[in-house]
Amino acid sequence: MPNIFPRWTNWLPLKVALIIAILGFLVVNGVTYYFTPKYTRVGYMPGQPVSFDHSLHAEQLGLDCRYCHTGVEKASHSNVPTVQTCMACHLHVQKQSAKLAPVRAAWESGEPIRWVRIHQAPDYVYFNHAAHVNRGISCQSCHGQVNHMTVVWHHEPQSMGWCLECHRRPENFIRDVNEVYNLNYTISTEEQRILGRKLVEEWGVQPPQNCAGCHR
Amino acid sequence: MRTFDLPAPATTEGLDLINRRPLVGGKRKFAWITEHFSQIVERKAPFWWWVAVLITGLIASLVPLTLAYQVSTGVGVWGLNNPVFWAWDITNFVFWIGIGHAGTLISAILFLTRQKWRTAVNRSAEAMTIFAVICAGIFPAFHVGRVWFAWWLFPIPNANVIWQNFKSPLLWDVFAVSTYFTVSLIFWYIGLVPDLATIRDRATSKIKKFLYGLFALGWRGSNRQWSHYEKAYLILAGISTPLVLSVHSVVSFDFATSVIPGWHTTIFPPYFVAGAIFGGFAMVLTLLIPCRWIFNLKDVVTDKHIDNMCKIVLLTGTIVGYAYLMELFIAIYSGNPFEQWVFLRNRVADPFIFGPLMNVPPAPYWWAYWAMMISNVIAPQFFWFKKIRKNLLLVLIIVMFPNVGMWYERFVIIATSIHRDFVTSSWGYFSPTWVDIGLFVGTIGLFTFLFLLFIKFLPMVTMFEVKAVMAEADPHYDPKKKTKKTGDPLVDNNPQLSGGAH
Repeated sequence: MPNIFPRWTNWLPLKVALIIAILGFLVVNGVTYYFTPKYTRVGYMPGQPVSFDHSLHAEQLGLDCRYCHTGVEKASHSNVPTVQTCMACHLHVQKQSAKLAPVRAAWESGEPIRWVRIHQAPDYVYFNHAAHVNRGISCQSCHGQVNHMTVVWHHEPQSMGWCLECHRRPENFIRDVNEVYNLNYTISTEEQRILGRKLVEEWGVQPPQNCAGCHR
Repeated sequence: MRTFDLPAPATTEGLDLINRRPLVGGKRKFAWITEHFSQIVERKAPFWWWVAVLITGLIASLVPLTLAYQVSTGVGVWGLNNPVFWAWDITNFVFWIGIGHAGTLISAILFLTRQKWRTAVNRSAEAMTIFAVICAGIFPAFHVGRVWFAWWLFPIPNANVIWQNFKSPLLWDVFAVSTYFTVSLIFWYIGLVPDLATIRDRATSKIKKFLYGLFALGWRGSNRQWSHYEKAYLILAGISTPLVLSVHSVVSFDFATSVIPGWHTTIFPPYFVAGAIFGGFAMVLTLLIPCRWIFNLKDVVTDKHIDNMCKIVLLTGTIVGYAYLMELFIAIYSGNPFEQWVFLRNRVADPFIFGPLMNVPPAPYWWAYWAMMISNVIAPQFFWFKKIRKNLLLVLIIVMFPNVGMWYERFVIIATSIHRDFVTSSWGYFSPTWVDIGLFVGTIGLFTFLFLLFIKFLPMVTMFEVKAVMAEADPHYDPKKKTKKTGDPLVDNNPQLSGGAH
């Protein structure tokens, strides 16, 4: 009986398997790198209608985060300030600045400034700012050192895995409530380990890890 | 050392017992086996086959249709609602998974225990297993609601850093069923290779040569290949054997590890396994008896085969009946009011006899409970009678009862236990929607459709294994030599068939 398949097909299954393995490796790693928030979200830096400079206000002038983001301690949502907050100072400071023209226009017309949103939790995630900042999780942990940003960008991936990193080991991130708004805060790993454990124990911090903790 | 020259028995008494009937009747030869089963594959499909494929194919198309509707609309199109969140979906899942168990039992356990009659039925029973597990898998995969996230059931590292709850029997189920499917498929395929090579060698068209050649994996039937084959088959039989017991035990854990009265029962694992083998053999008989008529298999699937399977149905059916009664007895004997409620008020209390006797209102699902009892406990008891086991039409009618009854068993366990919660405000009743019904009917169509494709495109009987249990396979076989024992050279010359030393 003649051969149905030529000789070269002997190695074909192995070659096919090898190609599938290589393709599989590339696809898995490609998706993991390019399709996750580490790549898709971090570094997002849209232009804003007003070139507001956080480094000037929060770092050079030393304004507290809460001066503008007034709701962060009390509400689940941390608000973007209204024009009234801006004008409280700018009625007196830099009254003629060309950069502030859109702010003055909004002040006169009553039409709010359309800031471009950078950090957006999905609809099915219930995130509470107050619960975090009042238990020693700093702004910096989730937003980076905004006090050094001229234009704000997305600093952390804010993926579910990233959330769980802290919910599983809060002692690595928790700090004294007085240091929550200190964005220049540094601490050695060793000190953080001791302090973190102490705070977690004292406050009875038990971050939820069940689905319903965040996906209510 | 085997001795072949046993002295003839002193009396003729017991001769029937020793001179067992050959497993292949009609004095068939090797060539007939090859011809008969290859021709089913090679010849043009008969007209009835096309009609049957068309009808079952249309019914099977209900599966993608109802699933497309369900996925695009939401899982709420099923009749599930508070308090019944598991009903037809899980019932159908357990029903189909159970069907598969006969195939694995025949192919693995009967192989290891050297039950030679398995050779005539193992191929089709294993095919049935695989098709049943395919039907079963549809239900849990889609009842999660967002089926595109069903891969979260598997411990694959992911960006969300979600990890499975290894304490949950539902996760064990994922592993049990996926292992079961993989092992069954490999086992079935390995057993197909020598027969695929036979079909390849006989094939006349180029495309058939190519396709059967591709799947025959270059099988030449050399000694070396046979030696590898035998080892691989034995190993796979060894792996499959625990699966016969473990898969349905794990399925029963889905219920038994919960705290729902009616589910929380330690008897469940053996009870489920017996039920699965019971339902599986009923389905094997349902498929094989028509095949035997249509394809003239009576010399290969003999009365003895049917008889053996009827006895297994009788045995497992009786075990199942014992389990039902024991479950009921424990509910009463334990004094646990919740268990008693589930068994007596949700199941047993019919409006005619037991309800009035206990002076309680009829149970909402009394009809399901009694359909189960009659089908699974009473119907198989007819197999005590040899006359009934010999009458294929009666056998076919009787095994229809377990086919239906085993579906009812799962429905009774699942729905009747949860439709009345602890507080009366959480009492409800499950009614299936057209999507529930369509999907289940669709899987019946899919199962039959796949089986029809199987009998047309693959040899439905393991030709080379059947040959091995024939008299011709014995090295001492001599067709010319006649002895005085029975006058049948096929029997007398074969020590295995004539009851010689094993």
